[in-house]
Amino acid sequence: MKAGAARALRWTRVNLFSTPLNAALTLFIAYLAVRLLPGTVGWAVLRASLTAADDRACAASGGACWAFILDWSRFILFGRFPYAQQWRPAIVLVIFAALLLASFSRLLPGRWLALAWAGGLGAVALLMWGGVLGMPYVDTALWNGLPLTLILAAGGLGISFPLALLLALGRRSSLPAVRTLSIVYIEGARGVPFIAWLFLMLVLLPLFLPPGVAIAKLWRAEIAFALFIAAYLAEVVRGGLQAIPRGQYEAADALGLGYLHKTALVILPQALAVTIPAQVNTFIGAFKDTALISIVGLFDLLQDTNTALNDPAWRMAYVEGYVFVGAVYFVFCYSMSLYSRRLERRLGRERR
Amino acid sequence: MIELRRVNKWFGGRQVLKDVSLTVARGERVVVCGPSGAGKSTMIRCINRLEEHQQGEIFVDGIELTGDVKQIEAIRREVGMVFQHFNLFPHLTVLDNLTLAPIWVRRMPRREAEDLAMLYLERVRIPEQAGKYPSQLSGGEQQRVAIARALCMKPQIMLFDEPTSALDPEMIKEVLDVMVELAQSGMTMICVTHEMGFAREVADLMVFMDQGEVIETAPPDRFFTAPRNERTRLFLGRILRQ
Amino acid sequence: MVPADQRAPASPPKRQVAPWNDERVRSLAFQSLTLALVVGLLAYLALNAADNLSRQGIATGFGFLGREASFAITTALIPYSPADTYARALLVGLLNTLLVAGLGLVLATLLGLALGLARLSANWLLGRLALVYVEIMRNTPLVLQLFLWWDLLRLSTPPPREAWKPLPGVYISLRGVFFPVPVYDPLYLWMGAALALGVAAAALLGVWGRRRQARTGRALRLGLPGLALILLPPAIVFFAGGAPHLLDVPHPTRFDFSGGRSITPEFAALLAGLVAYTAAFIGEILRGSILSVRSGQSEAAAALGLTRGQALRLIVLPQAIRVAIPPLTSEYLNLAKNSSLAVAIGFPELFSVTNTVANQTGQAIEAMAIVCATYLAISLSISLLMNLYNRSMAPVER
Repeated sequence: MKAGAARALRWTRVNLFSTPLNAALTLFIAYLAVRLLPGTVGWAVLRASLTAADDRACAASGGACWAFILDWSRFILFGRFPYAQQWRPAIVLVIFAALLLASFSRLLPGRWLALAWAGGLGAVALLMWGGVLGMPYVDTALWNGLPLTLILAAGGLGISFPLALLLALGRRSSLPAVRTLSIVYIEGARGVPFIAWLFLMLVLLPLFLPPGVAIAKLWRAEIAFALFIAAYLAEVVRGGLQAIPRGQYEAADALGLGYLHKTALVILPQALAVTIPAQVNTFIGAFKDTALISIVGLFDLLQDTNTALNDPAWRMAYVEGYVFVGAVYFVFCYSMSLYSRRLERRLGRERR
Repeated sequence: MIELRRVNKWFGGRQVLKDVSLTVARGERVVVCGPSGAGKSTMIRCINRLEEHQQGEIFVDGIELTGDVKQIEAIRREVGMVFQHFNLFPHLTVLDNLTLAPIWVRRMPRREAEDLAMLYLERVRIPEQAGKYPSQLSGGEQQRVAIARALCMKPQIMLFDEPTSALDPEMIKEVLDVMVELAQSGMTMICVTHEMGFAREVADLMVFMDQGEVIETAPPDRFFTAPRNERTRLFLGRILRQ
Repeated sequence: MVPADQRAPASPPKRQVAPWNDERVRSLAFQSLTLALVVGLLAYLALNAADNLSRQGIATGFGFLGREASFAITTALIPYSPADTYARALLVGLLNTLLVAGLGLVLATLLGLALGLARLSANWLLGRLALVYVEIMRNTPLVLQLFLWWDLLRLSTPPPREAWKPLPGVYISLRGVFFPVPVYDPLYLWMGAALALGVAAAALLGVWGRRRQARTGRALRLGLPGLALILLPPAIVFFAGGAPHLLDVPHPTRFDFSGGRSITPEFAALLAGLVAYTAAFIGEILRGSILSVRSGQSEAAAALGLTRGQALRLIVLPQAIRVAIPPLTSEYLNLAKNSSLAVAIGFPELFSVTNTVANQTGQAIEAMAIVCATYLAISLSISLLMNLYNRSMAPVER
């Protein structure tokens, strides 16, 4: 007990009061905490309301208006998906959560995990579209909210990955034309803001298609998303390719492996393995970028919230609304970044 | 089996092979030595076209090495190579390192390839390491795995590019022992090495190179006792004193 | 050594290679095929577009740039009215982009530096606090943060009469942020000249000091004299010229403010959002690059007898800066590109203006082409500059 107290005291001295400047900083932060914390906690919890009828009622009590989230929760999460059928996107959310957990926990070996993702995404498509098993057909325009965000992210990553491999290999190719094309694409895609890509695909793509051919908005956004991430992912993979010693190429050549075998069996597996943390970081950025589709008129989580906030009864509950959306994004992104950091530590250990 | 006729090669403005000619008969064992930068590695890397020669002709097993991809593939199937730095595939187990090329290049069924791999692992005396990854092995063990990997393609010819230079002294012998055995089994071999004891024991022909040229070619007894060229003598004097 | 003209990589004529097996033929064929595919796809899209445009009766070409824009822009660095041309409107947008990016770059670097230092500080509380900030910023979408800032500034700010006064003379209200500016005086020009002279003199002093140290081995403490050389001349000019210190301070009127300068809520929200977001990334880059200089380097410096300050200045920082440059560059580029999110909250930078232009003229392809070309030009020129700088800083490696 006493030893514990002594240790705590020492910790405090070393970490909080080691120099006069440090002590002053500590006291200043403590002062701020005393000033701000009670108010914040009071707002977020103590005076918060789960049942208020509108934002004026919340303002009267001076607390957070979580009642807004509750009141609009189904619209925020699922948007305009037919109300009676919203159990379908709900199951979709569960499927995504299970897939992510399975990926992070590494319970399943790689091949099974890939199968699980394929099966899971198939089930997602089935549930969202419907039209079979007594589920009414639902148009992609009504795929809103969090499922839309997740579908965009997962689909975009899935499509962009093979493209990124081709681009990365192309940029490292000995064939000048292939290399030049890859560089032009990669640098061009990265030099332009994502929102410009989205406008290109959503507003301009129809102009470039023959008359009578129409691609649903969702898929246009998906294509824009995939084309955009592919350029960033390609650079990550290229980093991995550059890290592979020349001897690996030579050994594969000397064994008589052709370009495809050499690349698929020897080079890419190594390049992909060392860049997993960087890939995950790219995924995080991409996942956050899905929120941009709210600007171009797709009803993702954020746009659903914006729509809900247009309800005059709740216009002033925007902090609560955005905090909620932020929290959802945070949970996904932060768990991915924890995962990538764990992987990085493990890779660091293995390399030593 | 292998014939080089007046082969020339440049790296930028520097000539690294000057009119190199060499003939190796089936079953012959050739040891190439010379100071560093003499073009020894470049020469044997031209034989399986890891490097491209710019003038002259190279024939392997009667096939001329040209830009013909099919012929390059054919030659690489017949020529095994062992590198100074092993170049094992770190993401594959020892067994997978050995079976990769037989399965994908020779189109061998996996079971058969694995039996073959175990056979050669026993030959290089490390069958118990089959399930490990290269990074878990010592340098000497890795190099023996690399030899076994090359042998699994059942090559007609083996090229060794300074196979013991990157090894700690106590591991050199275990690798040389395997190479001696291989030589005694009648394999056609070209070895770039400074291990003169090994050369005396197995070589049919010694080749001394300096500054991109073949200076002297001689059977080992005459090469070591009565070298004709001054540069050969100087080199041997330096290397044998150690 | 062989003379250059004899270095013929020519292949002897007698080689007989089936053309479809020849390496060079194969490589050429593959490249031609790839090129043909790409060109074909682009041509197909272009033909479709031409067809669609003519069918819908949409004009093509950049002629619209000379026409009257007839829309207003709230924030303009150069005189602009709706009677001006589309080209001028786009220029106003471009300048606004550069303004936001430039201001954001400076502010985000300062805040990022503070965050990086806080993360490295020995004070546990401060480190944790900075970490929480960084994680929240990095793990939520920027556009969400922008919405929050914007709503904060337009919905929760008081009317002008009850404006917040965070600093004397600074007002925040739903009209935007008002702040005082000095009234222009010709003396300021002279002060600028004096400042430039001072900087030049300080640079000379530094060169002289280093030369002298190299010659005599004696180190001089030139920090204070240098600072004085920089600051004193403008100060002398200032006081000699009668110390003009008139400030144009904003005054609340009934519904608005008069005097001073102001920025709109959109501009304030965009700038605040970009700075708060980018600073988190910059802070982590700076922290990571300082940590990346291995402790062995500091130890080696200490073993040589360098003081802590010298070790930091001569050993750690130069290496850390070298590590930080490439990721910092891409972060600055991200900032510039992210400024296009202004379209979500209606601040008229390049992308928003282009969007308006595209909507009014219907010539979306041309408008997007202008935007993309501009951003590409900005991105490529910055990364070119940074690559040049990087090359000059790179350690010699084999």
